Amino acid sequence: MGWRIEKRPAVSARMPGWVFPASFGFAIAVGACIFAVLGVNPLTAYGVMLKGAFGSFFHFSEVIVRAIPLMLTGLAVALAATMLLWNIGCEGQLVWGGICAAGAGLFLAPHLPPFLVLPVTIAAGAAGGALWALIPGVLKAFLAVNEILSSLLLNYIAIIVMEHLYFGPWRNPEGYGFPGTAQLAEAARIPHFFGTRIHLGLVLALILAVVLFAALRYSRWGYRVRAIGLNPQAARYAGFRIKGQIIGVMLLSGALAGLAGMAEVSGIHFRLQQGLAVGYGYDGIIVAWLARLNPLAVPIVALLLGTLIVGGEQLQAVLHLPASISMVLEAVLLFGLLLSEALARYRLVRRPAAKDAPTTQGEAPS
Amino acid sequence: MMEDLAFIGQIAVKSSIAVLLATLGEIVAERSGVLNLGVEGMMLVGALCGVAAGVATGNPVIAAAAGALAGGLLALVHGFFAITLRVNQVLSGLALTILGMGMTSFVGRPLIGTPPGVRLRALPIPGLADIPVIGDILFRQSALAYLAYILVPLCWFVLFRTGTGLKIRAAGEDAAAVDAAGIDVNRIRYGCTFVGGLGAGLAGAYLSLSYTPGWKESMTGGQGWVAIAMVIFATWNPLRAVIGAFLFGGLTALQFYFQAVGIELIPAYILKMLPYVLTIVVMIVVNAGMGRRRFSGPAALGIPFSREG
Repeated sequence: MGWRIEKRPAVSARMPGWVFPASFGFAIAVGACIFAVLGVNPLTAYGVMLKGAFGSFFHFSEVIVRAIPLMLTGLAVALAATMLLWNIGCEGQLVWGGICAAGAGLFLAPHLPPFLVLPVTIAAGAAGGALWALIPGVLKAFLAVNEILSSLLLNYIAIIVMEHLYFGPWRNPEGYGFPGTAQLAEAARIPHFFGTRIHLGLVLALILAVVLFAALRYSRWGYRVRAIGLNPQAARYAGFRIKGQIIGVMLLSGALAGLAGMAEVSGIHFRLQQGLAVGYGYDGIIVAWLARLNPLAVPIVALLLGTLIVGGEQLQAVLHLPASISMVLEAVLLFGLLLSEALARYRLVRRPAAKDAPTTQGEAPS
Repeated sequence: MMEDLAFIGQIAVKSSIAVLLATLGEIVAERSGVLNLGVEGMMLVGALCGVAAGVATGNPVIAAAAGALAGGLLALVHGFFAITLRVNQVLSGLALTILGMGMTSFVGRPLIGTPPGVRLRALPIPGLADIPVIGDILFRQSALAYLAYILVPLCWFVLFRTGTGLKIRAAGEDAAAVDAAGIDVNRIRYGCTFVGGLGAGLAGAYLSLSYTPGWKESMTGGQGWVAIAMVIFATWNPLRAVIGAFLFGGLTALQFYFQAVGIELIPAYILKMLPYVLTIVVMIVVNAGMGRRRFSGPAALGIPFSREG
């Protein structure tokens, strides 16, 4: 054979353009196998998903609605990961964002002038997420406690606190025993667009994506974040205050995730209730890495995952398949990304015809 | 008073077995240099497969073995990505957890609410079970708990007193040196990753066959993550894993005790979060107090091995 696989001479930071489409293709292929095993024609299943996501303007608006929290948690994970920090605690930070936004909307709003209600609600959401992320940040900075585990374990605690609040002290006295707080006043709700559930969170997320991109690329702060991410040792020798930097990045990352929770409470549910912690925080990890930690790519990938989620729900509604198929597909998508990246380390070259040298180890890109 | 102590102790041990089994498995995997954050996912798959096999066969041994094997097989997916493809092990482990959560939620729906087919009930050991207090605490447990008692010293012995254990630990410390000695690093790592999956799968099966019989979505409730943290607390030593697991179980038991006795000294939701708080505190204590000279993990943990360098 005239071809062989060899390692790319240098591992470049820029991956070939086919990595993302390849991981997507991998996920679609594995998904097709799953559908086939379940006795569902894959074309029918994907047809239902696509129709559910893009069948009408209303359907597509739901994709955007799902994509909004994913954009924010995706940005949160991407920012932290740029500095080699694993913020796996976005779910808990999102929950605290929701708790604080609901708290502000319910208990502070009556004492505030109307024009201040919404800004305070939004700020409370961001602050709630930021403070919750401060815990793993401080533990990491000063005691080198593994932030993956601490931030993740804090998710469970946040959810327990939230459930305690809406089952207990914050439960709506006129809610007929239904677990959940009272509804937020109009003034504490973020505005909606086009008569759909699309809300201000979209504008917020898109602006923040651009701001974060610019800040990471052009500001001195962003330079430090990237430098520490590329080589923490060198950054330390260069005199960067790593501890402060860790805490700052975790605060910002948590604030982004907190905004996601605020937007869900103040833009979708209008109260604190079950259905806030549905995994957007974990999905943010997938969004961030599929976007290759690029803030500008995050909204696009978030839309893709939103499509997957809405499509999965349609599968449940139309074909009676559990909606958690979308979670399986998300995991496969992440594995697909890892697979394509591994393959991208190799390249196919034409071998000099003469000798039949043994092939280098590695997987052949098919 | 003694009765209360025996009651709390018995539930504490009962509540610690799953974390203990998963911690043991993860210690073996990490000692060989493979970080697998997919424990939660592997536990869920083990729990579901345990119930499914129990319903299908009615045989408790097959049910538990099926749970363990399912965890082991899922771990091999991580093995392929982490060892052969040499990708980022944190991401691959997270993907494994998401896959496990999604798959079990997807496949397990028809099994929700059905009886598990088999139950591993408490199996008092004749003689030992009659020792006051200690007998109640340790020897009125299910068969899988006794298996865990055996696995703790066994894991320690294999890791620290046998040639295989030396190879495993060496693979986690200096893979290149192991390779230079003519030993296949990746084979060791695949084996240990598989064993880690067996531990997690068995832990899941313990939950669904013995602790809270039956399948429930996300029934592991973060115990897989607790187990990973307890590996650090145990400083990668199977014997010390017992302490961490028992602390976790103890706080869980305290929760039951306060509920049963009706003391409202501490609100229920505070008790509910204590095991997670404890796990974080335990990591702080290990990092802060114990000085720098303690073993802080295999040197090559999470670093894939390749001769190409």
